[in-house]
Amino acid sequence: MTQQFYVSPEQLMKDRADFARKGIGRGRSVVVMSCRDGIALVAENASPSLHKLGEIYDRIAFAAVGKYNEFESLRQAGVRYADVRGYSYAREDVTARGLASVYAQSLGAVFTAESKPFEVELVVAEVGRSQDADHLYRLTFDGSIADESGFVVMGGAADVVVDALRGTWSAELGLPGGVRAAARALRNGGTAGTPADGRPAPPLDPSVLEVAFLERDPDTLRGSRRAFRRIGGPELETLLQHEQDT
Amino acid sequence: MLPDDAAAAVPRAASTSFADYLGAHHPGLLPSNRALGSVTPSTDAGHLAPHATTIVSLTFPGGVLMAGDRRATMGNVIASRHIEKVFPADRSSVLGIAGSAGIGLDLTRLFQVELEHYEKIEATMMSLDGKANRLAAMVRQNLPMAMQGLAVVPLFAGFDADRHVGRLFSFDVTGGRYEEHEHHSVGSGSVFARGSLKKLWNPRLDEASAVRVAVEALYDAADDDSATGGPDAVRSLWPVVYVVDAAGARRVPERELEAVALAIIEARSAAGREA
Repeated sequence: MTQQFYVSPEQLMKDRADFARKGIGRGRSVVVMSCRDGIALVAENASPSLHKLGEIYDRIAFAAVGKYNEFESLRQAGVRYADVRGYSYAREDVTARGLASVYAQSLGAVFTAESKPFEVELVVAEVGRSQDADHLYRLTFDGSIADESGFVVMGGAADVVVDALRGTWSAELGLPGGVRAAARALRNGGTAGTPADGRPAPPLDPSVLEVAFLERDPDTLRGSRRAFRRIGGPELETLLQHEQDT
Repeated sequence: MLPDDAAAAVPRAASTSFADYLGAHHPGLLPSNRALGSVTPSTDAGHLAPHATTIVSLTFPGGVLMAGDRRATMGNVIASRHIEKVFPADRSSVLGIAGSAGIGLDLTRLFQVELEHYEKIEATMMSLDGKANRLAAMVRQNLPMAMQGLAVVPLFAGFDADRHVGRLFSFDVTGGRYEEHEHHSVGSGSVFARGSLKKLWNPRLDEASAVRVAVEALYDAADDDSATGGPDAVRSLWPVVYVVDAAGARRVPERELEAVALAIIEARSAAGREA
C-alpha cells in the first residue's frame, strides 16, 4: 500500500501557483489598453490564425496568454455564455463584469480541485460609451480578479513592458497611437530583446503582431453594433509605418 | 492513442451551432420547443397569434434585394400596421418571414445569433449554403408546431462572395430548402406578387429599378390580398427593403421608399384602371 505523504495546504497552493506562473511566463506578452476612442488590444503572436485576442460580444473582447488549448476553451465558453445570456435576456444585459465573475469562479474551482491549474491569464475588456465607463478585468490562474484602469500587460516579460508603457500611455492616446506605444513596448520587452547598444531598434514587424480594436462608437463609424474589429494586413502596416515616418 | 472519452470530444466539436447548444443545455429557450399542452395533431392554433404576410425577393446584377409589407393580421383584424418582417441575418445576408409572426421573429433572432456565434467561435464567416442549411434545420424543428397551424416559412437571400452573385432560397415547413432563380415571394399575397414580378422583373435591372419593382410587386399583392398592406401614405408607412451586394446588407432609407411608393400610386391613379 502506498503511503500518502502529508503536504501542507500552503505548500500545495504554492506549488500549483509556481507551476502555473512558469507556464504563463514562457508565453509572449499581450497589452490591453484603454484609449480615447476605444480599447486597443495588442499581442505578440506569430500565428495569423491561432488568435490570442477574440470577440466575445458587442462591446466585450477577450485577451489571453498561456496555453492555447486552455484559453481557447475558456474563450469559446465565454462566447457561449454571452450569446445565451444575450439571447434569453437582451443584448445590453451582457456585461464584462458578469462574464469576468463567471471566469473567476471557473478558474478558482480548477485551481483548487483539479490535478493541474489552468496555465492562463485573461483580460475581459468592455468598451464604454465614455472612457470612464471602460472596464478591464484581469483574471489570473487561481481565480483572482482585478479591476484595472488604464492598461494591462500579461505574459512573460510583463514587468519590462509595463515599465516601457508607463512613460508613454496617457488617457488621451488615440487607438493608432495606443497600438504604436504598445508595439514599441512589446518590442523592447518581448522576445526580440533589447538591441545591442548603438544599433537602432529593428522596425516594428506587423507579421508578429496581432491587433484588434474595441471601437467606442461602432454604430457611427461602421453602422454596426459590434465594436470588435481585427486590424491586420495592409491596415496594420500603414498604422505602424506611420510611426517610423515621424 | 487517445483515451476513448478524449477522442469522442473531437466529433462532438464538429457542431459549433448555437441552436444545438441551446437544445442540449437550455432547451426551454428554443422557439421550436414550446409545448402547446395536450393537443391532438388536428388542433389548430393558427388563429391564436398574428400572421405575417407577404415577402418578395429578387436578384439583380451584383446583388439581391428583399422587401416586405408592414401588415400582420389575426383573422379579419389587422394586428399590426408597423411590423417589420425583413431582417439582416448578418453582414451579407437577409431573411424575411411569413407565417406565424411571433415564432418567425424568434426564429429570426435565433438565426442571427447562430450566424454571429459561428463567426465568433470559428473566426470566419459561414458559407452562404451553410447558412441556408442551418435555417432549413431550424424550420424543420418547428414542424410539430406547423402541424398545429403555427407554420413559419422564411425567405433567405445573401451575397455569395465566391461566385460574386446574389442568391435566394425558399423553404418549406418540413425543412426543404430550394434555391430560387431570378425572383421569389412567400406569404399570403405571394401569388399576386409573383404574377407581378414575372412581368416587371428583367435581368438588366439596376438597384434603383429593382427597388421599384419590389415595391410595385407588394403594391399588387396588397391590391388583391386583404392580409397584405399597401404603402400607407396617411401614416407614412412604406415597405421594409434590404439590398445585399458585395458591400454588405443595408436598409433602403425611408425617404427613397416614400418617393418610389408615391410614384407608383401616382402612376396607378393616372392610368385610371378599374380592376
